[in-house]
Amino acid sequence: MAKVLVVTSGKGGVGKTTTTAALGAALAQSGQSVVVVDFDVGLRNLDLVMGAERRVVFDLINVVQGVAKLSQALIRDKRLEYLWLLPASQTRDKDALTDEGVKSIIDDLRTRFDWVLCDSPAGIERGATLAMRYADEAVIVTNPEVSSVRDSDRIIGMLDSKTVKAERGERVEKHVLITRYDPARAARGEMLSIDDILEILATPLLGIIPESQDVLRASNVGSPVTLNNADCAPARAYTDAARRLLGETVAMMVPTERKGLMDRLLRRRAA
Amino acid sequence: MDVRADPTRQLVRLRGRSYVAFVFSPVVPIVEWLSEIDATLARSPGYFVGKPIVLDLASVDLSASAISHLLGSLDERSIRVLGIEGVDESRLAANMPPLLTGGRACVITRNEPAQKAEEPKEEPKPKPTSLLLESPVRSGQSIVFTDGDVTVLGSVGSGAEIVAGGSIHIYGTLRGRAMAGVNGNSAARIYCQKIEAELLAIDGYYQTAEEIDPSLRNRPAQAWLQGDTMKITPLN
Repeated sequence: MAKVLVVTSGKGGVGKTTTTAALGAALAQSGQSVVVVDFDVGLRNLDLVMGAERRVVFDLINVVQGVAKLSQALIRDKRLEYLWLLPASQTRDKDALTDEGVKSIIDDLRTRFDWVLCDSPAGIERGATLAMRYADEAVIVTNPEVSSVRDSDRIIGMLDSKTVKAERGERVEKHVLITRYDPARAARGEMLSIDDILEILATPLLGIIPESQDVLRASNVGSPVTLNNADCAPARAYTDAARRLLGETVAMMVPTERKGLMDRLLRRRAA
Repeated sequence: MDVRADPTRQLVRLRGRSYVAFVFSPVVPIVEWLSEIDATLARSPGYFVGKPIVLDLASVDLSASAISHLLGSLDERSIRVLGIEGVDESRLAANMPPLLTGGRACVITRNEPAQKAEEPKEEPKPKPTSLLLESPVRSGQSIVFTDGDVTVLGSVGSGAEIVAGGSIHIYGTLRGRAMAGVNGNSAARIYCQKIEAELLAIDGYYQTAEEIDPSLRNRPAQAWLQGDTMKITPLN
């Protein structure tokens, strides 16, 4: 059974696109067939993070409007056999998306893939509501800042009322993913604590992604962070999150600061 | 400082009210459906005159011009359409009746036309006097219940608001706004498990977060009115 998962947040710049790419790649690495769909019509970015920007011919809007077939718009990842991208249009705006068009595309994608990951635009307008409209599950990306947490709270309210599942009286399964978590600032008490965030959002935690230069480096070379350097801390956190999405039980690691030379020399106890 | 917000201002009160209306659900071919209407009218002329009629277009797919034509055909039969439902708003022109949503089915007693005009609907059920919310109230949500108490078995997020005619009970953290006793009930109170409210109001007297004693923060508390001062005290 295909699962449609929306990656959303309300606030911009918290890491939705990075998360979509990283989770998509991690799921594909574990043998699932995955399509990542960019809903940010007019401000697309997922193609860049996936390193497929030079191979975009047709896009989501072309398919919605019947100009191109879905199979023409899908782009296969060069590194992973089971990972596909459906890019957004950069020249149009969100009004080009229609409810019926999105529904027919999602229905079609459900028959072709195990996972359909929808990268939602920021905000609570048409693009964001259509991205979540047909979702079975949602990953709410949150930074440990009050503004981000409040926007996430708003989005969770919309997931509980504006989605097709909610209108049928069912529930969209929701997960909170905390990104850009800075252990040093957390230690100094400059950020909202994990407990506070979860208390406010009252939603289960999917993972904690530490703030890292590796994320920036990966998106600059057009590679999901889980593919670019699978051993770095954010990549491992994303991989764990993807395993949790697949139903595995993985112990939650709260990122801590690496302290010094001794920590670096004696990083891990051998098995 | 406790002051009633601008006492001289005359507020425009918007009220919601629901009514019973006949719903017409045309089916294709429209011409045949109209002839059915004509047959009804032949049996009891003037049956629909002056009646509230709603047009449900969910089972047909009509363009704006077809809708306009249908409205014209009904108008010729002295049937005035009060509103339209089951159609995309973009199909409705400005001169057409407004789009209605959220309709619920109810029983219409088919009385003779002469009686029907005067007869009101069946006697109203007693309204519930409390509202229970079992999930958290999220930022941006606004719960308005002017008929009595509101109980929330969860938190009220920052940027959310609860408006109640009676008291408000929150078995979680109150981070948003709570307005109790909005119908002039000064005996209404606000209770919460943890107080981090942005604003508390009872019967129009309000306090913002800045005015709430910081020592109360994060504790169980209640707020009530004593004359025209708002008292907030810990609950234990």
